[in-house]
Amino acid sequence: MASFIGFYSLSFGLFFSIFIILYSFINLKNSEVLDKKIVSFTFIQFFFVLISFLGLIISFVNSDFSNETVFNHSHTTKPLFYKISGTWGNHEGSLLLWLLVLTLFISIFLIRSNQQPTKYRIFTLLFQQIIIIGFFIFLIKTSSPFNYIFPKPNEGLGLNPILQDPALAIHPPILYLGYVGSSIIFSSALGAMVTSHVTKEWAKHIKRWVLISWVFLTLGILLGSIWAYYELGWGGFWFWDPVENVSLMPWFALTTLLHCILVLEKKKILTSWAMILSIATFALSMSGTFLVRSGILNSVHTFANDPERGLFILIFLFTLIFLSIFIFIFFHSEKEKIENNFFWLSKESSILVNNWFMMYFLSVVLIGTIYPIFLEVITANKISVGPPFYNKLIIPFLIPFLLAMAIGPKLNWIKSDFKDKFYMIIFLMISFLLSALIIKEFDISFLINTILVTSAFFLFFSTLREFFIKRLKNLSQNIAHFGFSLLILSVLFNNIFSNEIITNLKIGETFRSDKFTINFENIDQEDEKNFKAIIGKFNVLHTDGSSDTLNPELRIYNQPNIITSEADIKTNLLTDKFMTMNYVQNQEYFNIRYQVKPFMIWIWISVILISFGGLLSFFKKRYEI
Amino acid sequence: MKSKVITITLILFFLITFVIFFKGLKNPNLYTPISNQGKEVPSFELKSLGDNTKIISEKIFRGNKYYLMNIWASWCIPCRDEHKILMDLKKDKKIELIGFNYKDNFKNATSFLKDLGNPYNIIVSDKDGIASINWGAYGVPESFLIHENKIIKRFIGPINNEDLLEIKKIIR
Repeated sequence: MASFIGFYSLSFGLFFSIFIILYSFINLKNSEVLDKKIVSFTFIQFFFVLISFLGLIISFVNSDFSNETVFNHSHTTKPLFYKISGTWGNHEGSLLLWLLVLTLFISIFLIRSNQQPTKYRIFTLLFQQIIIIGFFIFLIKTSSPFNYIFPKPNEGLGLNPILQDPALAIHPPILYLGYVGSSIIFSSALGAMVTSHVTKEWAKHIKRWVLISWVFLTLGILLGSIWAYYELGWGGFWFWDPVENVSLMPWFALTTLLHCILVLEKKKILTSWAMILSIATFALSMSGTFLVRSGILNSVHTFANDPERGLFILIFLFTLIFLSIFIFIFFHSEKEKIENNFFWLSKESSILVNNWFMMYFLSVVLIGTIYPIFLEVITANKISVGPPFYNKLIIPFLIPFLLAMAIGPKLNWIKSDFKDKFYMIIFLMISFLLSALIIKEFDISFLINTILVTSAFFLFFSTLREFFIKRLKNLSQNIAHFGFSLLILSVLFNNIFSNEIITNLKIGETFRSDKFTINFENIDQEDEKNFKAIIGKFNVLHTDGSSDTLNPELRIYNQPNIITSEADIKTNLLTDKFMTMNYVQNQEYFNIRYQVKPFMIWIWISVILISFGGLLSFFKKRYEI
Repeated sequence: MKSKVITITLILFFLITFVIFFKGLKNPNLYTPISNQGKEVPSFELKSLGDNTKIISEKIFRGNKYYLMNIWASWCIPCRDEHKILMDLKKDKKIELIGFNYKDNFKNATSFLKDLGNPYNIIVSDKDGIASINWGAYGVPESFLIHENKIIKRFIGPINNEDLLEIKKIIR
């Protein structure tokens, strides 16, 4: 019943697009104020999609297996929390969620933008409707979440156990808020170009959308990363997996856009940058969807692959791209005043430097992700691009990037001269000495690592100083930049100081190395609601005298029948101790992987700090730089 | 003028991207090793080690004999242990050994064979390791027992004496 209502509700929602478009065109010709009806229709459309989404949730909660999506992705023994999160843990449901957020955001946009010109609002709405209609048709035609199965099966196939994780349950919705927020920016940029409204006022108003999408995108990526660390059991947080890259690329574009908008809000320059980035952010989010859902890539995120779906998104994506190229070329004209010329040492030029670095990082990731596809199509060769490619191309460029990031925000608008020279040099020297002392202790290549850590420390100290001397001025920006320096430092130290052993042990055996001994004491078995757990008990004794008890688990899920390995992680402020255990086929041995990973928790904390900076800026009334 | 050039380049670039993605949709995308036991062997077209002549898999495995395709490399330590057994197997006339030289350089590979003997009838060179991926290989060494173009058994890791007896039993 719930799926029945859900399906019809969805069709009605699509139907309302016709009214919205019709009334928009009438309004465009006749009136200077926005027709109230259009706002109401937008709300009704949102309401229908909401009912449809609730219908799917109810089908999941009631385990209504006559619904194909529920049958494929749920099971009666699943805990209620995962029944609900299972709603968007699959292709069909997650697209419905996407559509829900699309309609919600355009409704909010219409309410919040009442200070803006009517024409601009209507055009934004129209462009957004093109996206919404595309998603409606995609959902109804190729991936309906409400397909009916007869006769009704007694039991469902179950949700993949690695998806049964709290971080992953909220990862898709948060990430989608970011992606879909970028669709508003996209439509609004097109609308602004068509109505020649690319102004400071526009920048001020779209800045909030940029900020909120950026915060959600950052948090969404963080949650995915946390999930990979805790659940996949590889002991890393970033793998340069194509699907991770696909979320990182819009992030680069959006971060750059954020900085451009900050300039645009002050002075009417960098408008072309802002327009292209607004388009690129959404185009990259959409191509991410295409790459993930079409099955053209293979990764941990493989959804049920269907070339028909891929084809639809591909055509849809390129329609949007060509539409925006067309609008950009015919409507956008750069009317920047000559007297606004750049002085080389100014905040504007430092933001431009930031833009170019970001574009470089973006291109590296873009090439690394899609080049294998190009190569395979053209030459039938399969290659895989791994971490070494990204490390080699990105790490050296991080050094000037970090230095520029430390100096840039201190500069004034238009023209400035260095007053803080003395501090800068002192900080640089302190950073260098500190890094040299740390790196010297370890057997790694001295020069590159020292310079890298030095530049990260330099940013760290300069932003730290800002907190004390400027107090509340520029607080949000400073928090974000401080968070970034902390992130780079933690990632670097995490890479440099990590320790790992992989060994096979049986019960009672002890592994010894010069840093620690691991004693495999015993195993326990426990029955949970939808899985059986085999829990190992390990005692790890470190040379400094501290000892830990670690209990990694093997979980044998009943529906679907999958064995997963749950890592046991002991976290404190300085290090994470990470242990996983695996079966060795037909033997009494277990494969043990033990890692000591310093500053792990600081990676999460710093990303939270970064997004907190964005959030603070969102809630701040007056603008600042 | 300048903007026209940019426009056309941009449109061309996106058109090409579209075509590539469109074609890419039709390609299969399994990179993970799959168990091929009981299936037709994956075909390959590789250069032979040394004289660079092209060797096509269909021509090798179509015969009436048993074939042991052995993935090896001179840098692989367990391959050295395994080698004695392969030399032993070479004496059996019912089976032909095909060497699959994995990510190796020519000089090291030939000196390896010079030192330990050459058990192989044919050696192909899989320099970039891609053909091995198509075979679903897990690593070096690994061996596939093939009959009538089908894999009948695979041995992951070095072949030991028990495996040798098993192979001899099968080909009898």
